[in-house]
Amino acid sequence: MSTIDLGELTKRRQIAQPQEAGLEEQSSLEDLETGGISIFESIGLAWSTLMANKVRTVLTALGVIIGVASVVALLAIGNGSQAEITDQITANGANLLTVRASGAAGGGNATLTTDDAVAIADVLNVPDAAAVSAESQSITTVVLGSTSETTIVIGVTPVYLTMHNNQMQYGSFITDDDSKSNVVVLGSQAAKNLFGDGVDPTGQIIRIKGINFTVIGSLKAKGSSSQTFDDSGVLIPLGVAQAKISGGRVQSAGNKTALSTIVVQAANKDTILQAKAEVEGLLRSRHDLPADGSADDFTVANQEDLINTLTATTRTMTIYLAVIAAISLIVGGIGIMNIMLVSVRERTREIGLRKAIGARERDILTQFLIEALMLSTTGGLIGLGIGVLIAVVANETGQARALVSTDSVLLAVGFAMAVGLFFGIEPARRAAKLDPIDALRYE
Amino acid sequence: MEPIISVRNLAKTYLMGESEVQALRGVSFDISKGEFVAIMGPSGSGKSTLMNLLGCLDTPTEGEYMLDGLPVEQLDSDLLSAVRNRKIGFIFQQFNLLARGTALENVELPLIYKGNVKRAERRERAEAALEIVGLADRMEHRPRELSGGQQQRVAIARALVTQPAILLADEPTGNLDSHSSEEVMQVFEDLNEQGITVVLVTHEPDVALHAHRVITVRDGLLASDKTNGNDRRRATVNGGRMADDGAAQQGDDPTNKEAEHVYN
Repeated sequence: MSTIDLGELTKRRQIAQPQEAGLEEQSSLEDLETGGISIFESIGLAWSTLMANKVRTVLTALGVIIGVASVVALLAIGNGSQAEITDQITANGANLLTVRASGAAGGGNATLTTDDAVAIADVLNVPDAAAVSAESQSITTVVLGSTSETTIVIGVTPVYLTMHNNQMQYGSFITDDDSKSNVVVLGSQAAKNLFGDGVDPTGQIIRIKGINFTVIGSLKAKGSSSQTFDDSGVLIPLGVAQAKISGGRVQSAGNKTALSTIVVQAANKDTILQAKAEVEGLLRSRHDLPADGSADDFTVANQEDLINTLTATTRTMTIYLAVIAAISLIVGGIGIMNIMLVSVRERTREIGLRKAIGARERDILTQFLIEALMLSTTGGLIGLGIGVLIAVVANETGQARALVSTDSVLLAVGFAMAVGLFFGIEPARRAAKLDPIDALRYE
Repeated sequence: MEPIISVRNLAKTYLMGESEVQALRGVSFDISKGEFVAIMGPSGSGKSTLMNLLGCLDTPTEGEYMLDGLPVEQLDSDLLSAVRNRKIGFIFQQFNLLARGTALENVELPLIYKGNVKRAERRERAEAALEIVGLADRMEHRPRELSGGQQQRVAIARALVTQPAILLADEPTGNLDSHSSEEVMQVFEDLNEQGITVVLVTHEPDVALHAHRVITVRDGLLASDKTNGNDRRRATVNGGRMADDGAAQQGDDPTNKEAEHVYN
C-alpha cells in the first residue's frame, strides 16, 4: 500500500483534501439544504432493484397484469356488444321516430291514415322532419309455383329505400309511377327462399294473397347480424297494399284506409326530440284529442330510447364483470404490498447504509414508492397489451365483437397505478422510518 | 489548530421500557484536523453510543457537538442526513456494500444522494477514490468477487468520495484476518498522512496502535485520553487535546498497555 503515491493521485484527480475542502465549503446550514438525490436517480435505483430480482418482480406484477388484462378485455367485449346492438338498430335507418296506432282511444284499432302522413310531411307542420315514410304492414302468404312463404308484406313509398338504408341487389325500387301497379321488391332473405341464392328474380311473377305481382327487384342483405323486415319481407306500393292486401279502415277518420306505421326521420340526432314533440302535437290536433292530457291514440317510439334500453342491460353486465376484474386488481395490489414489506425487511441493512451515507427519509420513501409504482404501472401496461390482444383475437375469431375504448384503457392503467401507490405507501413509510443504527445492526 | 470535532458534556439517555439507561454521562473532547484517533472501551461503555453521536446517526440528550463548524445537536433529520453525506465518511465492520452493484457503483452511491454531481464527474471521482485505496483494477468487480480486505477498501473509497471532514470507522478490521487488517490499517495510515482526519472505534489494541491518540470510554465517561508512543504527529495531537480530561496526560505512555489492561 505504501507504493501508492496518494499526493500524485489526489492532485491529478483533483480530489480536494479535507482540510482544503473544509475551508472551501466552510460549513453553512444553507449549503446543507441544497442538492439531494434527483428523481431520475431515484427511478434508476428503483429500476435496478427490480431488475436484480426479475422472477420475483414478474410474479409480483402478475396480479396486476391479470387484473388489468381482464378489465380491458371485459370492457372491450362489453363495448363491442353495445356497439353491435346500436348497429343493428341503426341498420334500419338513423334518427328515426316510429309512429304506431295504440292507446285507450284507439283500443289497438287503426288510427293512422295516409292524410296523417301527408300532414307530417308538410314542413309547416313538422319543420324538423327530414323525411316521412307511410307504411302498411300485414302478414300473409307469398307463393311461387309450389314454394310458399309466410312473411310480412309492407306497403311502401319510394322514400322507404333510402330512409331504411337499403340498397338494390337486382332491378330497381318502387317509384311514384308504380303506386297502382302490382309490382313487388323482395327482401334478400325472401328472394333467397323463393328463388335460391344468387338468382336474379326480376321479371318473375309471384302470388301474394292470391294476386299476381311482378318482381321488379330485390334488396341487398343488411348483414348477418341484423335481422330486419327488409331482409325477410317483401315490399309493394303503399296504394296497392292498402287497396288489396291490408285493407284496414279508420272509422274515426271518416273510414279512410289505415296505415300501420308512419316513420319520421329527423334531420339529425339533436332534432329528434323536437320532431317527436311536433309530430305528437300535430297528431293530437288532427285526431281531435283534447289538450287536457288524455291518452294519445298513437305512440311515437324514439329509436334512441330503444338503443338506450337495450344497451343499458349490456352496460350493467359489463360493469359487474369489470368490478370483478377490478377486485382481482386490488388483490394484485395486496400482492405488491406483501412483497414490498418482505423486501423492506430483507433490505433493512441496505436501508440503514443508505441513510448512513446521506439518504433522507423522503429519499427512501420516494425510492420504495417508485418501486411500487413501477411494478403496478409496468404490470398495468403489460396487462393492457394482453387485454388488447384478447380483444383482437375475439374479433378475429368471431367469438365476440370487442371494442377497446380509450376510456377503458385510461381507467384500467390509472386504477393499476392508484393501486400501486396505495399499497406501496405503507412499505415505503416503514422503510423511511427505519432507525439507521438499528437497521445497520439488523442481521 | 481549529478543532474539526468539538464535543462538550455530551450525554445520551435511552428509554429501555420503563427504566432510563444512561449510555453516555457527559464527555468532552476536541479532535483537530488531521488527527488519527482511536476510541476504545469495553462493550456497554458507551463507545458505540459515542460513535453514533459522532456519526450524526443519533442526537444527544444533552451537550453540544460541533462538527466542522456545524452545531449538530440543533439539526433536524434531513439536515443530519446531509451532514452524514458531506461531512462524514462511514466505514463499517460489515463493509455494507450493495451486493448487486460493482465497486464503482458502490463508491458512486454517496454522490448520488449528494445530488448536483453530473454522471461523468461522479464516475471520475469514484474512480479516483478507488485508485487511492489501490483498487484501480477492481472497479467493475462485485463485492462477492473481492476479498474481505478489498471489500473494506471499497468501503473506504465510498467514504472518501464526498471529501468528508472526517472518516469514521466502526471496528473496520473486525471481520478481517490479520493480513487484511494490516492492509486496511495501512490505507488509513496513508490517508491520515495525506491530512485526512480519521476516527476509529475499536476494541482491538493492535488496531488502536495505528492511531496517534487513544480516547478510552468507560461507564459512559471519558476514562483516558492519551497520545500513542509511536505518534509521529504528536505536536498536532497535543495542540488539539482536551483540557477538562481528568486522566493523566502522559504522552510517552503507550496506550496499548492500558488497553490490554481493560480487555484482559
